[in-house]
Amino acid sequence: MSIEERALGAGAVPVITARRRSYRWLPVVTLLAPSLVFLGLFTYGPVLRVLGESFAVGRFAGEHAIGLGNYHRLFADPHFARAAFNNVVFALGTIVPSLVLALALALALRDTNRFTALLRTLVVMPLLIPLVAAAALFSFILLPGDGLLDFYLHKLGIGMVNWLGDTDLALGSVIAITVWKNTGYYMLFFLAGLAGVPQDLLDAATIDGAGAWRRLRSITLPLLGPTFGFIVPIALVNALTQIDHVVTMTQGGPSDATNLLLYYIYQQAAQNYDTGLASAATVISVAALLSLSLISFRLIERGVHYES
Amino acid sequence: MRADGRLWALIAASATALMWAVPFAWMAVASLRPGVPPDIASLTPSGPFGLSNFAEAWTSGSFPLWYLNTLLMCGGILAVQLVTISMAGYAFARLDFPGRDLVFALFLLQLLLIPPLLIVPNLATLVSLHLYDTLPGIMAPYFASAFGVFLMRQNFRAIPKDFEEAAMLDGAGVPVLIRHVLLPLARPGLVAFAIVSVTAHWNEFLWPLMAVSSPKNQVLTVGLASFTSGAEAGSAWGVVAAGTFFVAAPLLILFLVFQRRFISSFVYSGIK
Repeated sequence: MSIEERALGAGAVPVITARRRSYRWLPVVTLLAPSLVFLGLFTYGPVLRVLGESFAVGRFAGEHAIGLGNYHRLFADPHFARAAFNNVVFALGTIVPSLVLALALALALRDTNRFTALLRTLVVMPLLIPLVAAAALFSFILLPGDGLLDFYLHKLGIGMVNWLGDTDLALGSVIAITVWKNTGYYMLFFLAGLAGVPQDLLDAATIDGAGAWRRLRSITLPLLGPTFGFIVPIALVNALTQIDHVVTMTQGGPSDATNLLLYYIYQQAAQNYDTGLASAATVISVAALLSLSLISFRLIERGVHYES
Repeated sequence: MRADGRLWALIAASATALMWAVPFAWMAVASLRPGVPPDIASLTPSGPFGLSNFAEAWTSGSFPLWYLNTLLMCGGILAVQLVTISMAGYAFARLDFPGRDLVFALFLLQLLLIPPLLIVPNLATLVSLHLYDTLPGIMAPYFASAFGVFLMRQNFRAIPKDFEEAAMLDGAGVPVLIRHVLLPLARPGLVAFAIVSVTAHWNEFLWPLMAVSSPKNQVLTVGLASFTSGAEAGSAWGVVAAGTFFVAAPLLILFLVFQRRFISSFVYSGIK
């Protein structure tokens, strides 16, 4: 008898030798059922449902046909094109700077003492507050004229800037808030990753005459491969779903300058009640996320060794 | 030469960290300045200082209700999650069944397909389950947690089987085994999961915004958004700062007190 069967044998269910094959499934099904019910209701089910809705066209009196109408409308909608374009800019503009900054900070604050611990704390603090709270603070910081940024820029002789109201600056401002919010989180991962880079390897390279830049490129970065492998999917999910500040600060404006895919979906669903368009946009976003993440999952597979 | 490089790196990091702290510094300073001072942006004002912004924020928002709803939401999610993840975690760690890796991969899909992304179909599901505009409706999509299952699987695997075998010889069944033998041994993992889960849900906005409509079901983040838009319209920036402090303070204070535990939990959330 296996351990599991012995364990269950002590329960109320009688062990019948002839039914042993089906019996082994009982603990598995019982243990997984609670999770599977909720995953079915709120993860797998919704994916199938949104896929179906995206192909449902011309609803009248509860009946509808199957077709590509929603996708035609979606791809013809300039707002969607703008949101998709903005989201690519937003993803690159948030992920690249925050990862570079996070790695630089982790390298600088690698040694632990009171001073570096304090600096790390300051950089990690934004992670602890809600993005809407950050939005509330930055609404004032970016306020034209009386706001904090303009207040201090004025002392340097720089005039009033409409950080969120200018179509050329708004997306950059939203990106800056996001970088401020996320950098500390990624820095923690790099700090943990750097702890796994053997110091004697770096020392040996130094003795062999490798400079700081060379050590970074040839030793540290390759050994941080697995760290990048799981940060990138997290960062991609963030780039698609962290839109709380867009909802509260800019509402996608001015004139679509900060409209992002999920905000577009939110508008179609909550404001225009256009389920077809919202569903088609969700399908496209999910497909993009899954395929991009698959690429970085490959990196994880190559780099991370799970203990078994 | 090398020491010089370290020094410059530390100086640059200090400058960055100070810049990172500016929004918090402004929140603290502005929230303590009553009225509408013209230099409300100043980080080094000369006074006067007082607590009237906090009093005004507290009375004009429904903070007690929002705190209660947020606590119920975070606590409810965590309580159900602990049950679902320890059960599934045990199945993946200790039971052998055909298709286990495939089912596990299906679980992990949830790491990407998080509820805010599936707003449209999830809202329809809530309506058909009669959970729209209820606190359990906000919680339900999070009752299963792929991350938690992953974490518990790793934790259970790290526990030697001797403990279980001894308990089984004493006649313990799987439920007793999980609750009284494995979970106590997996406590560090449970604490890490609890910290990550509560932080994530305390700070969440878009899904709670969509899943409820009546003010009596609002959580802190949703309340803050409507509260600040009102206060901003009146340029009451000190009140905005005080209200933001009410929302951000509980987790920030816990973080500052239990810093090491929080940080290892966040790191855990990515690696394990």
